[in-house]
Amino acid sequence: MSVIILLLAASILVAAGFLMAFIYSVKSGQYDDEQSPPLRMLFDNTVQNKTKENEG
Amino acid sequence: MAELKNSQTRTLCFHCGEDCIHEPILAYDHSFCCAGCKMVFEILNRKGLCDYYALNDQPGINCKQKINDEKFNFLDEEKIAASLIDFKDETKTRICFYLPQMHCSSCLWLLESLHKLNEHIVSCKVNFSKKEADIIFLHQKISLREVAVLLASVGYEPHISLNDANKQKAPVDKTRIYKVGVAGFCFANIMLFSFPEYLGIDEKETQLLLLFRCLNLLLSLPVFIYSASEFYISAWKSLQHKFLNIDAPIVLAVWVTFGRSLYEVVTGSGSGYLDSMTGIVFFMLIGRVLQRRTYDRLNFERDYTSYFPVSVTKVEKDGVHQPIALPQIQLDDTLLIHNEELIPADGILTKGKALIDYSFVTGESIPVLKETGEIVYAGGKQTGTNIEILVIKEPAQSYLTKLWNKKDRKELHENESSFVHVLSRYFTWFVISISLSAGIYWSITDASKAWDAVTAVMIVACPCALLLSNSFTNGNILRIFSKHKLYLRNAEVIEKMAAGNVLVFDKTGTLTQTAYRDVSYKGQLLNSEILAKIATLASQSLHPLSKAIVAYLPKSNLKVLAYKEHTGQGIEGIVGADLITMGSKKFICGDTREDNAISFSEVYVAAEGKPLGKFSFRNHYRDKIPALLQKLQKHYRVIVLSGDNDAERNYLRTLLGDDTTLLFNQGPSDKLQMIEQLQSSGNRVIMLGDGLNDAGALKQADVGIAVTDDSNNFTPGSDAIMEASVLHQLYAFIQIAKANKKVVLAAFIVSVIYNIIGVSIAVTGNMSPMIAAILMPASSISIVLITFGLSSLIARSILKNDQ
Repeated sequence: MSVIILLLAASILVAAGFLMAFIYSVKSGQYDDEQSPPLRMLFDNTVQNKTKENEG
Repeated sequence: MAELKNSQTRTLCFHCGEDCIHEPILAYDHSFCCAGCKMVFEILNRKGLCDYYALNDQPGINCKQKINDEKFNFLDEEKIAASLIDFKDETKTRICFYLPQMHCSSCLWLLESLHKLNEHIVSCKVNFSKKEADIIFLHQKISLREVAVLLASVGYEPHISLNDANKQKAPVDKTRIYKVGVAGFCFANIMLFSFPEYLGIDEKETQLLLLFRCLNLLLSLPVFIYSASEFYISAWKSLQHKFLNIDAPIVLAVWVTFGRSLYEVVTGSGSGYLDSMTGIVFFMLIGRVLQRRTYDRLNFERDYTSYFPVSVTKVEKDGVHQPIALPQIQLDDTLLIHNEELIPADGILTKGKALIDYSFVTGESIPVLKETGEIVYAGGKQTGTNIEILVIKEPAQSYLTKLWNKKDRKELHENESSFVHVLSRYFTWFVISISLSAGIYWSITDASKAWDAVTAVMIVACPCALLLSNSFTNGNILRIFSKHKLYLRNAEVIEKMAAGNVLVFDKTGTLTQTAYRDVSYKGQLLNSEILAKIATLASQSLHPLSKAIVAYLPKSNLKVLAYKEHTGQGIEGIVGADLITMGSKKFICGDTREDNAISFSEVYVAAEGKPLGKFSFRNHYRDKIPALLQKLQKHYRVIVLSGDNDAERNYLRTLLGDDTTLLFNQGPSDKLQMIEQLQSSGNRVIMLGDGLNDAGALKQADVGIAVTDDSNNFTPGSDAIMEASVLHQLYAFIQIAKANKKVVLAAFIVSVIYNIIGVSIAVTGNMSPMIAAILMPASSISIVLITFGLSSLIARSILKNDQ
């Protein structure tokens, strides 16, 4: 039954790791702007053509 | 009497989506409403950026207003530029511009492709929620001013305000998020570690039991010390003011729970209630975060300097034009004011013909003609050619600011009068009295249970419902309001809105649209030839009524000879061999009879001395406003104040009936006095206005709502900002505010039931930690569901019924 102590220690460490990851990600500013990344994701990387279209 | 028909067909501009009021400009197989929009299209087309239009329909911003290229000259000034930029090294400069026109993914796409528009721009990163663009550019190849001009030329003119230039941008406050994270982590883990004890671990395994309990204790420390700290600070502050605010019961519960749990763990007599304690803190913090998010949606603390432009052009003694920042304006400076530019300080007109739009100062929507030597006041907007003024009063002392700052004394009366705060004050005493009486009872009957009962009562009596129900409901209502374009400053405004019984409306700009004016014609039928001549004559004059006629009639470009303008009376000229005259009734007909003093809003037209007819001008009321006013009248006392003359009195009368009070020629101080009068006779006033001239009145009113067409510019210390497009839903909004109280009450009743159950178990001294642990989250979660669910449902049904 003393293995449970090991398990407890391990689980607390893992959980603490997640807490650190949470704090780090908030600190690094990931969540400051929630609206542009979804939009940005959908843009195409258009190949730049040197020819000009539709000369007026 | 024949009426002129409006024969324009509706085509939408390909770029900005607005109506092409004049003839649409056709190019590249598309129609555009103005040369500006067409120009933006050309720029994008040339650079291969037409995906802008592929992503959204008509994503552009209307470019009818020609950008004044000189507008950004002040960015060439080292000092001003230095206060705005974020970073600069030998080659690159980084600046963050606020671009309020951003509204869709096309905007984002275009702005992030800025480097394709100009190769000297390294990158542009957009923060859509804040409507900001971080631009890095090579400052040796392109100047800051040119970057701003480039942005303006594609329709995203940067909005630079003195506010941002002066203050360092406050770092986003994330500490509360960290506290929530820590509290959540500890709460969840404590609950997990409590399971063994709740779910039947063998009593003999004392080692393990002790282990779990100590772990719980350790885990609860961060919450006790760090996460709950803001409640301690708030309760302490209110204690210093000799009363208990709504955070006091929380602090009490937290301390008592922690104390008892500590005692139990140390003496081995029980497992403590640490899961309940961390649970309270966690749920309370979440409630606060949600509230704060909705508040931060709008930056409310802009003082008046955001309204005035950042810098003005000063004319030096040798005639050189020098841009200077607003606070640097001194007495006797000569300033050059361009068309559409705001006058920053009181001054005397020294050069040029001034046509000042004072609609924000006096409410008069017709611009005022000023000659050299006359005084022009700050807050007016020049419409016309450039003028020069000699400053006679420095900006800080202009009379608008005086009016405004005078009203600051109202802040002192802002005390917490909402019913929740009243209840919370007594809640603590109530709980303490119950627990004391339980304690006394048990110490007489069975002493061992006394201490248990006392602490159990304090633990279980959950004020969280009081607070959660309030903060969640308020937060949800605020969110619903802002989705419908009504932005309240804070949750207290909701209660004040619900309590209002008098509604005061400003007319110009609030009930009416500022720019557009209904023109109608009465008189002889005019053929297109005569119309063209009238239009040509009218276009020579800068008078606003002439401009309205020009806008109304089809464009024409004939030649005018012998043009003469008789100020205050009319204009005349020979167009194509006909002598056309336009002007007041007296000028045209020689008639001096006053027609209910409405000579102002009519322009008579004559050809060869023979009167043909007249153009009448009516302010265009916003859509659905008449219906709104009639609806409101049935339930509230409605008053309309206007800075204009009373030309509209009869029209408004027919609109509103005899019960509304209509007052005209109201200056800013008149409006303020009216509000004060109403309040002193015990009324609670909701005022709706649009700008600086009623800023004092808006602040004085119990609820001051600023109605705007562009929520970026006008936040003169009002309690709420409403976009003009949703003004007609005002009645529904007030109903929702009233419903707020009912939802809070409902949630409150549910929580009272929980409390009764909990406390009755607690006084018997039989409360086990497990029961407490179940009750607390259950009550919190159900409160959340009720508040969100009910308030959203009610709001939706009210808005639907209002259609």
